[in-house]
Amino acid sequence: MNLNLQWTWFHRLGSPRWFYQKTQRWLPWLCLIMLSLLVVGLVWGLAFAPPDAKQGNSFRIIYLHVPASVVALAGYYLMAISGAVGLIWRIKLSYMLMRSAAPIGAALTFIALVTGAIWGKPTWGAYWVWDARITSMLILLFLYLGVMALRHAYSSNEAADKASAILGLVGMVNVPIIYKSVDWWQTLHQPATIKFTGAPSMHPDMFMPLVVMIVGFYTFYAVTLILFTRIEILRREYRASWVKQLVENNSAEK
Amino acid sequence: MYNYLSGGFLAYLNRDLLLGIRNKSDLIKPLIFFLLVSALVPLAIAPEADRLAQLAPGIIWIFAVLATLLSVERLFSDDLQDGSLEQMLISPNLLILPILGKITAHWLMIGLPLALLSPVIGVWLSLPSVAFVPMMLSLAIGTAVLSLIGAVGAALTLPRQGGVLLALLVMPLYMPVLIFGSATIQSAVDGLTWTAPLAILAAFLAIAIALCPLAINVSLRLAKNG
Amino acid sequence: MASTNILKIEKLAFERNDALLFEPVSLELNPGEALHIEGENGAGKTTFFQILINLLEPSGGSIHFRGQKFGDCRYEYLSDVLFIGHQSAVKGDLSVEENLRWMSPADTSSEEITSALRSVGLEHHANMPCFRLSAGQQRRVALARLMTTSASLWYLDEPFAALDKQGVEFIEDRMQSHLDQGGAIVFSSHQDLVKTTTRSYRLNPCRELV
Repeated sequence: MNLNLQWTWFHRLGSPRWFYQKTQRWLPWLCLIMLSLLVVGLVWGLAFAPPDAKQGNSFRIIYLHVPASVVALAGYYLMAISGAVGLIWRIKLSYMLMRSAAPIGAALTFIALVTGAIWGKPTWGAYWVWDARITSMLILLFLYLGVMALRHAYSSNEAADKASAILGLVGMVNVPIIYKSVDWWQTLHQPATIKFTGAPSMHPDMFMPLVVMIVGFYTFYAVTLILFTRIEILRREYRASWVKQLVENNSAEK
Repeated sequence: MYNYLSGGFLAYLNRDLLLGIRNKSDLIKPLIFFLLVSALVPLAIAPEADRLAQLAPGIIWIFAVLATLLSVERLFSDDLQDGSLEQMLISPNLLILPILGKITAHWLMIGLPLALLSPVIGVWLSLPSVAFVPMMLSLAIGTAVLSLIGAVGAALTLPRQGGVLLALLVMPLYMPVLIFGSATIQSAVDGLTWTAPLAILAAFLAIAIALCPLAINVSLRLAKNG
Repeated sequence: MASTNILKIEKLAFERNDALLFEPVSLELNPGEALHIEGENGAGKTTFFQILINLLEPSGGSIHFRGQKFGDCRYEYLSDVLFIGHQSAVKGDLSVEENLRWMSPADTSSEEITSALRSVGLEHHANMPCFRLSAGQQRRVALARLMTTSASLWYLDEPFAALDKQGVEFIEDRMQSHLDQGGAIVFSSHQDLVKTTTRSYRLNPCRELV
């Protein structure tokens, strides 16, 4: 019996309609959390955290750079795993999540690269340095772009979903290998700024706002992912009766 | 000659080798490309032995990657066009073996000749002769990984036939091979132990042999759906 | 209950971009029967064949082979099926004989190959590379498989395309003798068979939404 219950829950979760209606209720709360975290983190980080001993105020860009990179990387895993869930359990919703995750992840990777370049100018004296982590981010951007571009090779949604999922999985196996390889190739630069396993190498006054910003970026990611997925749901399910009803209700309100 | 129903590794290996030998120009093109672009390097940079030797490990590997990429595109597309891919996919046996057979044939016709040809380029680019054996070994092992990964890309891009899309999909995945491949040659030049990066290349090969055919198996079926 | 039918299809449906391609198909095929799949262009005949041979996965419905569900007898089913599609699967760089040998069962003797080539009128071209043949001749190479195969269930998608009158007659004869031996055939064609009695099934494009 218990198992049965779990499965109905599982399949309801897989229903685009259920997702669309639930997230309608979650979105305002998520937006509120996101805004407060981002505002608190930004003000704290940019105005109140002490300047860095060596880099002065220019280090403050890490409050954008680090969260963007962290979430961009985690986003790749989320994308690949939702693709795998789609392949294994044939859940359409998780394909929709995967498709929505790609452009968001690519955008975050791009932000990480640009902020990294801006940070690089005062720190290393050049906009672009072939630092291990920057190089890895560049490769990550290409991986994201690959997943986005592959979709257009297929005329049917089903095939495009499966193909992107496979590419995502192949990429997921490769991401750690790429990171380790690039790391090995280039160990000239600073060791990773935050080590979650040990004590932070940053001063707590600088570190705490960073944590707030990272959590803030995760909620930002969740909000955009939900919004993108909702659009994807409407785009794919436009023939379904509940979507038609929704559209009629909306136009009636106006 | 073997036939498709036996569905085995050797059947497809033999057939693809035979097709390659019948169609020699396709076989030689990547090798010519490899030699031609290498000959451009001294013209574009400088004919000074020191500078060329410095660039040689990287250049040889970049060209090897490009040559493989050029040729891997057609690994499945000819079969898709004439319908033999369909026949391969509906064989009752496991697809893994035919896939590996085709990829092995590709490596024997592209990767291995590149490795055997590389000393010519080594001489052109004044690579120290101590690095020749490591170079050939790294190319032999590395191009096998490139063929396997490239085959995944080729299978995924079948409906649109490769091109830039194939490069976009496959190049990021090629990076680790490129890094450790050129590192093998560089280590040998610098008098370091070059067997370490070579062993990592071999580890990549083991992973790729295990995983790539699975991904290709699923991808090939999508081509019909595309 | 022992089932006599060789193939039983129930409510087979296929979705593309969330729309059904054709109205769900239910049919049965008995040994000795030929089934003519009809339908306008774009009705999904080729897709239907691709589902039958498991190149595409159906979105719904089931396929039973000799009373067993497809999933339980995948190997037996696919070993007993011969499929010749739109594309002939003929390699231009291989000779006529090499092509036929590649596409025939492993234990086919060279006499059988020669006689198969003779019956499609290509015995004098056995060593010629196939890219030198005309489209109709290449089609004959592919159809020579009908002589060497041991499969009992044939799926022929447009077997008569590009064939001349003599070729059509020959294929029809071969189909009839296969049916007489208790085999079964599903085929699509824009022309009716002259010599063989067939049942027909019409694929209707689906206007209904999922």
